[in-house]
Amino acid sequence: MIAVERLTKKYGELTAVKDLSFTVEQGKIWGLLGPNAAGKTTTMRILTGFLPATDGKASVGGFDVFEQPNEVKKILGYLPEILPLYPDMTVTEYLRFIAAIKQIPAPKRKEAVAKAVKISGLESVKGRLIKNISRGFKQRVGIAQALVHDPKVIILDEPTIGLDPAQIIEIRSLIKSLRGEHTIILSTHILAEVTQTCDGVVIVNEGRLMASGSLEELTASVGQAEGAIVRVRRDTMAAAEVLRSIAGVENIRPEEDGLRVEWKSGIDPRDEIARCCLDRGFGLLEMRPLSLSIEDLYLKIVSGGTEQ
Amino acid sequence: MKNVWTIAKKELRAYFTSPIAYVIFTVFLILVGFFFFSLINWFNSMSLQMAQNPTYYSQLNINQQVFGPLFHNMSIILLLMLPLLTMRLFSEEKKIGTEELLYTSPISVAQIILGKFVASLIVLLGMLGLTAILVVFTFLFGNPEIRPLLTGYLGLFLMGAAFIALGIFFSSLTENQIVSAILTFGSLLLFWIINWASASAAGIWKEVLNYVSILQHFDNLTQGILDTTDIVYYLSFAFFGLFLTHSVIQSRRWR
Repeated sequence: MIAVERLTKKYGELTAVKDLSFTVEQGKIWGLLGPNAAGKTTTMRILTGFLPATDGKASVGGFDVFEQPNEVKKILGYLPEILPLYPDMTVTEYLRFIAAIKQIPAPKRKEAVAKAVKISGLESVKGRLIKNISRGFKQRVGIAQALVHDPKVIILDEPTIGLDPAQIIEIRSLIKSLRGEHTIILSTHILAEVTQTCDGVVIVNEGRLMASGSLEELTASVGQAEGAIVRVRRDTMAAAEVLRSIAGVENIRPEEDGLRVEWKSGIDPRDEIARCCLDRGFGLLEMRPLSLSIEDLYLKIVSGGTEQ
Repeated sequence: MKNVWTIAKKELRAYFTSPIAYVIFTVFLILVGFFFFSLINWFNSMSLQMAQNPTYYSQLNINQQVFGPLFHNMSIILLLMLPLLTMRLFSEEKKIGTEELLYTSPISVAQIILGKFVASLIVLLGMLGLTAILVVFTFLFGNPEIRPLLTGYLGLFLMGAAFIALGIFFSSLTENQIVSAILTFGSLLLFWIINWASASAAGIWKEVLNYVSILQHFDNLTQGILDTTDIVYYLSFAFFGLFLTHSVIQSRRWR
């Protein structure tokens, strides 16, 4: 549905995106993940036809972004990072205007707006001026404008930025509810957003592709050790020696926030570890599963790791 | 055309749901009304004074002595007010981030520019249309010629269209509305007074300076002379302004 091939964008001397390639299948939600200034917004702006690329190809829904920009714009909904709202319009007036510029025929506009209002949960504020509604509702209006013309592809640039935790959860579930009918790319610098919302991810840093694939593929490719971080109250090093002797435990090493204990796949010695810590008097402050491997991968990339 | 009208409607809505249009109409009407009142008063007293002298009396002409100066005063008010009408057109979109929405929609840049142009022209028509009441009064109590009135209004409309096109161009250059208004006002004033320089120029320069002057072309129209040169001048001025706007927007995005 979306194919990007060796995309490069330069602003004068500065290369914002370099040789970026990825594809997104129909009906999936993909995350464009990277730290700030990684080239996410530039990539999205190129896909939406707002910016030209310096080099490379991009297509959306089978249409070439550079050769057939109008065809692409017709099947695309876009939420820019800065919410493109007219503060002096009411929510309904605004969505009607969007429906008109997105070429929905006049007789069908009312219905389209009503549907977008319903999906985005805007019924309670639809008659109010946009400048008078809360940040969370403004974000919803932004999303509603991206889907008012029922586009095949939706591009969301940082859809949850600036929202409070409850609003973030609401917006994420709204995005998840669009899966299947729409192909979605969302950009974020928060890993949790990707793991909770997306089917796949493209990780970028400094304009370059670092890794891409479905979450399963990425997790498999990095390898996932089974284990836990164990934090004892006293004698950490002595505890490490004792825990090493527990059946199934393969590897123990001290880390900043406790002992990293890894065990053989299929064996879960956590009961034994807890018992051992208490019986031997080390005490037990915390035992938590190892972080997802994708998180390690992302942290490594963001802190200056290598390309995959 | 449908898209042009969609954008125009949005702009008209912005003008009329905020105080902008009403303030502009009110101030324009007060100023024009004041000028008209002064000119008519002066014309009245002149008529009374000259009633005894048939030679002078026959030279009195309400078109030349009331509407001629009135149209010139109106054109100066337009010069001051139209930059304030156009300053927000692109600057505001840029500032609040809605330009990204417009340029990623399946409408062309030309349609967006024309939509904004049409909306401003409609406001201009409103401003000029409301002053028609003065003309109606003049016809009720006097007998002016209609032709110079029509060409005068046509001149004001064409001149206003040229001002608006230049205002739109400067609005596309900056996200700061005040900068946009000052640049528009400054450039218009320059085009206005440029024929002063023609007094000291000679040969081809004199002709060129006279031709580019906004004022020179307006004089003919207020006198009821309909010359295609003047109309072509204003239309090409407006077209050039809109064309430059298009080039600026396209070049900024494709840089």
